[in-house]
Amino acid sequence: MSTPSGTGETGRDATGGVERPSTAWPLFEVFVRGKRGLNHVHVGSLHAADEEMALHNARNLYTRRNEGVSIWVVRAADITASSPDEKDPFFAPNGDKVYRHPTFYEIPDDVPHI
Amino acid sequence: MSTDEATITDEERLYERFEATVEHDQRVEPRDWMPEGYRKTLVRQIAQHAHSEIIGMQPEGNWLTRAPSLRRKAILLAKVQDEAGHGLYLYSAAETLGVERSDLTEKLVARRQKYSSIFNYPALTFADIGVIGWLVDGAAIVNQVPLCRCSYGPYARAMIRICKEESFHQRQGYELLLTMMNGSERQRRDVRDAVDRWWWPSLMMFGPPDGDSPNTQQSMAWGIKRHTNDQLRQKFVDMTVPQAEALGVTLPDSGLSYNAEREHYDFSEPDWEEFHRVLAGEGPCNTQRVERRRAAHEGGSWVREAAAAHAAKQAERGRAAV
Repeated sequence: MSTPSGTGETGRDATGGVERPSTAWPLFEVFVRGKRGLNHVHVGSLHAADEEMALHNARNLYTRRNEGVSIWVVRAADITASSPDEKDPFFAPNGDKVYRHPTFYEIPDDVPHI
Repeated sequence: MSTDEATITDEERLYERFEATVEHDQRVEPRDWMPEGYRKTLVRQIAQHAHSEIIGMQPEGNWLTRAPSLRRKAILLAKVQDEAGHGLYLYSAAETLGVERSDLTEKLVARRQKYSSIFNYPALTFADIGVIGWLVDGAAIVNQVPLCRCSYGPYARAMIRICKEESFHQRQGYELLLTMMNGSERQRRDVRDAVDRWWWPSLMMFGPPDGDSPNTQQSMAWGIKRHTNDQLRQKFVDMTVPQAEALGVTLPDSGLSYNAEREHYDFSEPDWEEFHRVLAGEGPCNTQRVERRRAAHEGGSWVREAAAAHAAKQAERGRAAV
């Protein structure tokens, strides 16, 4: 991985940058499960003093109209992200493994249900 | 090859890839390489947009305690809360570009960043609440719908959420005005007076005329903007005239008439000198709006500090218990 760690959507380096004063509230990324049967999906971020406040603020900010049945919050600084750069070698190993896809295999047209 | 040459080639390669992303209508995401001008334009625009939502709570917030019924009060409260939410979605999008929300707030209260000139006008009667929903939020919708396809992913996603909620804002305003127009003569007079005062500032929300908007071309090339200021203004006028007719109010422009050849309404130029005066800080409420925001920010600092101290203490206890 060329960019080993970072803060997800925030685009800031976890270690770099100016150190916050101790009174600043850290940044949390918010994930919401829209309804039962769906995955949690990233919806945005917010600042809060701690996890509990982050959950309450996330409810007030991202689910004012029943948009969710469950919320995850995670400190942005705790997220490890790959680089999204498409040329990144991180995703290269999948590039030459076409045999992982069903379309790789030729089956005669008259064979049913396959 | 010297190091300099190698750097230039890398930069050019990155620029090409960025341009291809925008050209193919794909989205630029936070950790992608992007030209410095693109990043700066977005930070300025998103911050200005976020500040507008936050400052925009004030003209309506002033009427919360004076709403004429519990129903209107609950609606207005929900709307003002939405504005706060919209501001936060946008600050969240701005932070993906490597700026801090607290810095943006400092810049707002130091008047180093702007917000929409519309919020420097006062809301004088409860009819203004209806007109703000109908015209100001209506203009905001026309501005914001194309931004849902903005080339910068986090901004576009924030705009999708905002546009969904904005429709409630406009409809509650129009419904309020319909109710007042069916009320007493005094109420109808208040509605007409509010329409007269808000019409021109609403047209100014789309920004200066195209000939006077130097950044538009670049923003369109980068896929940040999809239409020019004048195109959006025309769209808003075309949408609004029939709504005014249905409401039974006359928009305060003698030059307003349907042009069958263009298939659009013709309308007069807003007073651009007034626009520039208000933008420069000389509108009726500029000082009041910023000072109110500053007072809220400074008055709330002990709460932020106390919460941070509590969180630090809890974390310390957690560590001690392990």
